[in-house]
Amino acid sequence: MEAPDTEQQPQAFINAHVIDPANGIDIRGGVVVTEGRIADIGVHLHRNAPPDTIVHDCQGHTLIPGLVDMQVFTGEPGNEHRETLKTASRAAAAGGVTTMIVMPDTDPVIDQVALVDFIQRRARDNARVRVRTMGAMTRGLAGEEMTELGLMKRAGAVAFSNGKQSVMNAAIMRNVLSYARDFEALISHHTEDAHLSRGAAMNAGLLATRLGLTSVNPVAEVMVLERDLRLVALTGGNYHAATVTCAESLAAIEKAKEAGLPVTCAVSINHLTLNEIDIGDYRTFFKVRPPLRSEDDRQALVAAVKSGLVDIVVSSHDPQDEDTKRLPFSEAADGAIGLETMLAASLRLVHNGDITLSRVVEALSLAPSRRLGLESGTLSKGAPADLCVFDPGMPWLVDREVLHSRSKNTPFDEAKMQGRVLRTLVAGQTVHQYARAT
Amino acid sequence: MAANSNTQTVFPYQHLLTCEGLDVRHVHALLDLAEDAAALNLRQDKKREALRGRTQINLFFEASTRTQSSFELAGKRLGADVMNMAVSTSSVQKGETLIDTAMTLNAMRPDLLVVRHSSAGAASLLAQKVDCHVINAGDGPHQHPTQALLDALTIRRAKGRVEGLTVAICGDIKHSRVARSNIDLLNILGARVRLVAPSTLIPTEAAKLGAEVFTSMQAGLDGADVVMMLRLQRERMGGSYVPSGREYFHFFGLDHDKLRYAKPDALIMHPGPMNRGVEIASTVADDARSVIREQVEMGVAIRMAVLEALAQNTSET
Repeated sequence: MEAPDTEQQPQAFINAHVIDPANGIDIRGGVVVTEGRIADIGVHLHRNAPPDTIVHDCQGHTLIPGLVDMQVFTGEPGNEHRETLKTASRAAAAGGVTTMIVMPDTDPVIDQVALVDFIQRRARDNARVRVRTMGAMTRGLAGEEMTELGLMKRAGAVAFSNGKQSVMNAAIMRNVLSYARDFEALISHHTEDAHLSRGAAMNAGLLATRLGLTSVNPVAEVMVLERDLRLVALTGGNYHAATVTCAESLAAIEKAKEAGLPVTCAVSINHLTLNEIDIGDYRTFFKVRPPLRSEDDRQALVAAVKSGLVDIVVSSHDPQDEDTKRLPFSEAADGAIGLETMLAASLRLVHNGDITLSRVVEALSLAPSRRLGLESGTLSKGAPADLCVFDPGMPWLVDREVLHSRSKNTPFDEAKMQGRVLRTLVAGQTVHQYARAT
Repeated sequence: MAANSNTQTVFPYQHLLTCEGLDVRHVHALLDLAEDAAALNLRQDKKREALRGRTQINLFFEASTRTQSSFELAGKRLGADVMNMAVSTSSVQKGETLIDTAMTLNAMRPDLLVVRHSSAGAASLLAQKVDCHVINAGDGPHQHPTQALLDALTIRRAKGRVEGLTVAICGDIKHSRVARSNIDLLNILGARVRLVAPSTLIPTEAAKLGAEVFTSMQAGLDGADVVMMLRLQRERMGGSYVPSGREYFHFFGLDHDKLRYAKPDALIMHPGPMNRGVEIASTVADDARSVIREQVEMGVAIRMAVLEALAQNTSET
């Protein structure tokens, strides 16, 4: 990720709307970048750049710390036809994401040191943005045996996850939380009861009944979450609920936070902007896991992001190809891509007046950085110059064929978006620049 | 769209995928057409020429002797060239997907495609990919519209009307495409629909489908004009949904004791195939009030009507 020589000269980004939630900054100003790090920030840089800098006039557009996406599935290793670290990183760059956290659900599963190393090497050689990996918390994600959490953490794993499955064995979960605590390792868990959700294609309710689809009630999520929170209280383990999707989960999280437990949670952009009705006539691009919920749940999630009860927003980018999506709904794979559309979709909530831009930036960048102990997510002097410049008002139409991801399973195909990434920088180096279609 | 400009359009739909959203006038027009077919089916010469030159493919991903033969006979009586394809045994095992199969068939230029598949939405997916009329002959637990239509025809012939009647649908509602199709169609036709089953076999928010939900046969059958029994699959009797076939029959099987709660002249219906002694007692199935055999007869008539009505909507290119 070293910047080439041409970029070594200091750069000034002036005439920008600069937002940096870490420092409570929301100003008309600018930022100076030197040697891949933030050298200066402030209103004095609104009109004037320091001498001997390469000047980028942001033309009043918004400049924020680059997004940190805490839940990205790729196909590397094992399913490179769906997505590689390289193609995912291109999509990330185009979406203003400067750090992506890849999940261990690969083939083979990232459940040992050598594989953590493999991801890091592949990313270093091929990816445009920073890539960090979560390690598997159980071998093969089978939920039975703990992995070498300590060694994997030392090798660079930022957190530990059981991927798209819950650890159903409470004894294992308890031990993972206890053991991880000794290493100050974060446990990020997808909570969904395996039995209640078996074969489920969508959220339980009138629509599922009409469509004749096997469904799962949100209670399947809530009960595993509540179990986990009990175990967190017991063990003091550091816990992150990876995918909360319903109002009742929020109540459980709220209670845990009030009790002072070391708990955070995230919601995917899909659950924040879509609901079960979007499935319509068996549209498989809207089949995700956990399933899209009711509009009431969606609104509760939006309110919780606003209040900070939900700490983090993720894309839950999950590439699937035609072979796994062009099937009858119940047979189709779960998952939707999202790296490239996450910011634009989040801006819907800003344009609607639901959430402030500053809060969105916090949930998409600062909060995940802090939770994972990364130095990104802020424009503080000395922080890495991972930046995103975007025009919050620019309208565009999503066309899945021109998205950078190798897979095209976006639920936002043909959706109208308002807000487009103009430039993305990692360590002061431009990794994406918007080219207006001619 | 110049074709058939002199013929009034009986049933102005491209496909028959679901009963949801059908117009009551079109349903009655279709039932009228089926009455004609039923009359024709009683003659010695049952053959007509309405579908001469048309190709009908029966694409069955799930084995079904009854429905497939009913569609086959219907097509043949109308003069169509009918081809049966049992896909479960061939292509799917070689990894061919539903869409691949559809595209292959589409290249053979059929006019009518009858599809049965184990997944909800399969017929709808196919209809998006092929150029011909698609008839859903059952897609998982979702819909089986010709079954509901033949049930409506059977009821209308026996009772003279459907509107205002109370129809109790009893049994495995949760997994039943027959139930879903009937709930929709009976509501369209103005009947009052009741669902009777143990709670494990009632889908979420069933009441919002337009039905009253009962968990006892006594209350559910009280004053019913029609008692429609559903098949309970063997794999659901092993303790996952109900404890045993024996217990199920005791509480939810239709016998003469329970039938007494319904009106004295209540019709007894079953889409078949029956599990005698599980959801229905043999003596009830063979009772004078049972119209189970007539349902099969009306099945052919309804399918003739559907095939003919949809074929009328083909635009010549």
